[in-house]
Amino acid sequence: MSGADSRVDSSSTLTRLLLFLERVSANPGIIKAVYSIAVLFFLSIVITPAVAGIIAQMLSLSSLELNGVVLTRMERAVSWSFIIGLVVSTLDVLAGIPLAWVIVRKRGRWTTILDSLADIPFVVPTVALGFSILEFWSSPLGIAQLFGYSLVTPGSALIMLLHFAFSFPVIVRVMVGEFLNYRETYEVAARTLGASTFTAVRTVTFPILRPGILAAFLLALARSLSETGATIVVAGAFENGTVFISNARSAGLTSAVVVASLILIVTSLVVFALIKIIAPRIRITPLRVWPKFERKLGRPPVVAARDAASITIFLVFVLFPCLFIALPAILAVASGTGTEAIAGTGPWGAFWSSMLLSYTIAVVATVLNIISGLPMAILIARNRYGTRITRIVDVLVDLPIIVPSLALGVSLNFFWRNMGSLPEFWVIVLAHMTITYSYFVRAMTASIQEVQPELEDAAKTLGARPLRVFRRITLPLTKYALLSGAILVFTRSVDETGATSAVSKTLKTAPILLVSWIKGTVPVTPAERALGVGFLVVTSFLALVVLRLVAIRQPSRKVT
Amino acid sequence: MALLSFVNVTKRFGKILALDRLSIEVNDGDYLCILGPTGSGKTTLLKLMAGLLNPDEGTIYFDGKPVNEVNIQNRNAVYVPQRYALFPHLTVLENVAFGPLARGKPDSVALETASKTLDLVRLSSRAQALPNELSGGMQQRVALARGLASGARLLLLDEPLSAIDARLRLDLRHKIRDIVKESGLTAIHVTHDQDEAMSVGDEIMILRHGRIQDLGPPRRVYRKPAGISVANLFGGASFFEGIVENTVGETALISARGLIIQAPSRTLTLTSPVILGLRKERVRISRDEPDLDNVFRGEIRSVRYLGNSKEYLIRLSNGDSIASRQFADNKVGFKVRDQVSVSFRENDVMVFEYPVLGLSRELEVT
Repeated sequence: MSGADSRVDSSSTLTRLLLFLERVSANPGIIKAVYSIAVLFFLSIVITPAVAGIIAQMLSLSSLELNGVVLTRMERAVSWSFIIGLVVSTLDVLAGIPLAWVIVRKRGRWTTILDSLADIPFVVPTVALGFSILEFWSSPLGIAQLFGYSLVTPGSALIMLLHFAFSFPVIVRVMVGEFLNYRETYEVAARTLGASTFTAVRTVTFPILRPGILAAFLLALARSLSETGATIVVAGAFENGTVFISNARSAGLTSAVVVASLILIVTSLVVFALIKIIAPRIRITPLRVWPKFERKLGRPPVVAARDAASITIFLVFVLFPCLFIALPAILAVASGTGTEAIAGTGPWGAFWSSMLLSYTIAVVATVLNIISGLPMAILIARNRYGTRITRIVDVLVDLPIIVPSLALGVSLNFFWRNMGSLPEFWVIVLAHMTITYSYFVRAMTASIQEVQPELEDAAKTLGARPLRVFRRITLPLTKYALLSGAILVFTRSVDETGATSAVSKTLKTAPILLVSWIKGTVPVTPAERALGVGFLVVTSFLALVVLRLVAIRQPSRKVT
Repeated sequence: MALLSFVNVTKRFGKILALDRLSIEVNDGDYLCILGPTGSGKTTLLKLMAGLLNPDEGTIYFDGKPVNEVNIQNRNAVYVPQRYALFPHLTVLENVAFGPLARGKPDSVALETASKTLDLVRLSSRAQALPNELSGGMQQRVALARGLASGARLLLLDEPLSAIDARLRLDLRHKIRDIVKESGLTAIHVTHDQDEAMSVGDEIMILRHGRIQDLGPPRRVYRKPAGISVANLFGGASFFEGIVENTVGETALISARGLIIQAPSRTLTLTSPVILGLRKERVRISRDEPDLDNVFRGEIRSVRYLGNSKEYLIRLSNGDSIASRQFADNKVGFKVRDQVSVSFRENDVMVFEYPVLGLSRELEVT
């Protein structure tokens, strides 16, 4: 029996299995069952654990032992969360849009490079990002070397710099997609009607792209409101909502944790709902034009200055601070620390096993999220259950990204601990699935909505069964979204700190281990922790590159 | 003076030559139709006029001034794309007022211009509607109004009727022409529909492979097309290869694979190869033999019923095929395999030089 024979054998087994599944998929009952399971899964694994834990915990408290001092602290921390979130997200939108514009409209090799560079902050685990930004802005070895003194000390300003940096790539990613899908004919029409480039973009392009800009803003806001791991690193003595929750938890103030979490969740939901309802109704009067002034803004030197400014902001406030961590790591590799690390001696044994754990969890969570998220995305995109239910589900899907990650962790921890003796590994996987669920479903839903239902109908009339239609038509047309959804899930899982630290007892994922290194709970040298973070960055970046290579060419860039 | 002129304009996209040393003049008030197959360079030509593309070689003049370097917004040429590109976030009125506002007119003036223009296209009642609430035909009229209100002198219409129902299309094409003429504008109307081109254009330009094949009033282009491809694209015809056997006064005798066809002798050289073309409505078929210059025997191969007429494909005794269109009032009907007489007048035969690359190459429409 030769190897070739067995391969043919196995492929025909696979074909037979697929054919069998396709036949099964033609049964309406089976289809209904698949969707029902997806919804049940969503409600039981994603939504319930995210909030039930915290609610149950609140109900179990005999009394809310909150003294005035803690209350004032909490109030101030939560308001800071919103101030920082709103300010940073606005700045991110203002800075991210011009960069996305440069990437899409100035096609060339260097903009492709810029496009990939914009993804780097995605792959730096947030805790490493926090560390990197702390070093860059406030350590004597960072930018202080240029000025002789530290520019920014840990606190609210540094939190803003951090949140600006990690939300920036989200904005750029979303806006690049929006610009690519935008029909430039609108802009062209405006210009032949006598509008200057600047006027055309301001009065036509931006108003048309408003839903996309709003979505980008809300993603940035959600991330800023809920991020915990990196924020703790740069907060110093300052407290925003998530840092307060973390500090209260360390101090054993359970009722403060519960109340602060609930307040953050409820306020976030209200703010989100308000923004979602109000923003599309604001009728900007775009028809006010200052032809001379706006024409000047479109002149080549002004445009060049704007492009230069947006690229500079990206480099100085996002890329350099994020990669600053790589500098000591390079030195560390050259020294003895590098060989020690590779040999796995000293603290490195624990490091490598935590890396392995992190990537295993990320792979499992990503695969499970794809399997459970796909039917859900189709369900929402195709309005399977009628408009009203679909709309409710649509809102619920966003819940896990709104809830502060540590609060989510507290809730998840409470929920899964009370669900019996689940192995810790699976508790972390389930927690990560809850945290990352929305990213995948969001990306897929948007993409499936863009596939014309006529294509699927055509395939059906040609005799294809539902599963085949999905495999051959819907999936190939949405694979870019599948990839970017998977990338988001994977990177979020690898860099997640807040919720993971809440649910883990003995297992340490890489970010958790690095937090203990950075905080000094585990004695390591500065070279070692720099190298540890550097390894995590490099491996994540490589994972991303591999994912991209395995998957797909770039989406086609439309001209007019 | 010409409003717009192109002098030796060439445009390439990579290795593809989209326009090849093209020169034209468009006069103030003209309604020019550009007809050509897909990929002939029609849209490229329009975009060059609008300033959306720049020529690789040659010069474009507006009012006698070169405008190669002039910005799109300063050209006074409005480009109306195939699907109109009405701004979805603005009302119909705001869409129409966009042009005057963009040029810095005060609100009151802009809105007044807009409502007057909406009157002209008879859409005042829908001024406050959003574009997606209108039918395709209405959207077309809004796009037109938006162009008119912008104060542009040149309207560039890129297949303006291609997205509209066939029935409505017939109605609208005359409306567009009337509105343009009423407003004293110059229009360039790109289409691939020959009937549309014939019925609205003061002049017709036939474009193929980025070159002008013919340019003139529709009647002249139809009756005396400048070349085989023009005859084929504009009206269609049956073509035969032949050789000039003899010339007798105004008549040439051309041998086409065994048949001798009488054709008008322009400046034909003996023994030179030629192509003969015949419009199908000029070809008569009958049971008996009529007294005409050219009469041949043939067999009906197919019949197509077209409502007011029938189209026959007849195989001649030499194996060539010829198409004939008979109007319905002709009571005599023919069936497939009927033996008939095919006849046409000498003056209806179009004679072309034999093309360098052969006949079939000339008849390719892409």
